[in-house]
Amino acid sequence: MEGTLPAAAKTCAESGTESGPRGPGCSLRHFACEQNLLSRPDGSASFLQGDTSVLAGVYGPAEVKVSKEIFNKATLEVILRPKIGLPGVAEKSRERLIRNTCEAVVLGTLHPRTSITVVLQVVSDAGSLLACCLNAACMALVDAGVPMRALFCGVTCALNSDGTLVLDPTAKQEKEARAVLTFALDSVERKLLMSTTKGLYSAAELQQCLAAAQAASQHVFRFYRESLQRRYSKS
Amino acid sequence: MAEAVGAVAESLPGDRARAARTVLDQVVLPGEELLLPEQEDAEGPGGAGERPLRLNAGTRSRGRVVCGPGLRRCGDRLLVTKCGRLRHKEPGGGSGGGVYWVDSQQKRYVPVKGDHVIGIVTAKSGDIFKVDVGGSEPASLSYLAFEGATKRNRPNVQVGDLIYGQFVVANKDMEPEMVCIDSCGRASGMGVIGQDGLLFKVTLGLIRKLLAPDCEILQEVGKLYPLEIVFGMNGRIWVKAKTIQQTLILANILEACEHMTADQRKQIFSRLAES
Repeated sequence: MEGTLPAAAKTCAESGTESGPRGPGCSLRHFACEQNLLSRPDGSASFLQGDTSVLAGVYGPAEVKVSKEIFNKATLEVILRPKIGLPGVAEKSRERLIRNTCEAVVLGTLHPRTSITVVLQVVSDAGSLLACCLNAACMALVDAGVPMRALFCGVTCALNSDGTLVLDPTAKQEKEARAVLTFALDSVERKLLMSTTKGLYSAAELQQCLAAAQAASQHVFRFYRESLQRRYSKS
Repeated sequence: MAEAVGAVAESLPGDRARAARTVLDQVVLPGEELLLPEQEDAEGPGGAGERPLRLNAGTRSRGRVVCGPGLRRCGDRLLVTKCGRLRHKEPGGGSGGGVYWVDSQQKRYVPVKGDHVIGIVTAKSGDIFKVDVGGSEPASLSYLAFEGATKRNRPNVQVGDLIYGQFVVANKDMEPEMVCIDSCGRASGMGVIGQDGLLFKVTLGLIRKLLAPDCEILQEVGKLYPLEIVFGMNGRIWVKAKTIQQTLILANILEACEHMTADQRKQIFSRLAES
């Protein structure tokens, strides 16, 4: 069973089908990523996970207002705009989570007294929004050439009331789940950078979800590598 | 549930540091660690860092390796911080171990000492001009930093003028300073850029490609129309031809050069040469 599991997970990530029953620990939705699509920002990327799509733009290292400057590192700002309506408290809280993740990874000490701004626009939301935002932010930071000590990715897990684990849940699965956990993992040693959870779960289930997320992050990082190689092979 | 836990135990690809030599000209991602040739021997078949004892005192290790843009020293290894292709240049005079760097595509310029850039004068305050060079801060340019400038004989620079100069001070902690003279006091092409012409922005990678010694794009463009052209390492190009139409054509060609293959370029040049 353990031998076949990675193979099954691999085909699910590449096949692009979202429907159908999903086994435990498998099946991330189909990914797509496009870089350098906006002309104004220094770096931009669009990340698609199934039907969830987020567009990210990065400006930096640029000028910073004297009130916001930090003397020995770059000031990182994240702005998240929802698809409809004005940004509210939920967006502010997600911005803070994304900012904390980016600050752990970006080498801000190379650009003191500058600002690096990440602007995220939700194009469509069909579940796992925070993970998609994290992935889009990472690809946009790479596109802008901001120095980083590692790449990062976001993975969402949903726990159903019967204890089954679903990775990369759709909006419907998130609503019916007992708990939804989102993790941000780094690419060097799959360490945990950020976690945010909602719902009821036990400590053992948390460890289980984390392990499943770490296994799934391999596919995301492999996808990053393939798409960046494709981009540089054109030039 | 045991399956999920078991999956983590498999070895994660890309964890081990790879030798820099084996990754040359390949795409590297931020977070990868590269081994330099000396460490490679230490981690080789001997294992556990055993190094064979050399009996001849000569042939010391190749010397210091220079760590270029996109790489940082991390312990005794190189950590990749930007995504791009890894390049290496052999040492010219036999000193050192050469330079390693990452060729990345970027739009944002970060001032580097010695770079020649095109700046736009944004303010005149007292004895210095503030020049926008596309970085995070405007650079300062003293009015005495022009050829033949004295306190009585001030250079004729207005707000909005284009300046071609080089950085004498450019580090992450201080405001960048530029001058329009070289170390001997001569202008050597630097100073205020003349009237007319068109200034446009391209990516930094394209500028480096156009300024490479073996680039044919520039020669082909020169055969097309007589032109004046200035390249700034901050991604700005100023171009001037006889008529406005020719200037615009040249600007479009240079901007499109980034995405065109050599054949497409030759086609376009031949079509323009006919008309």
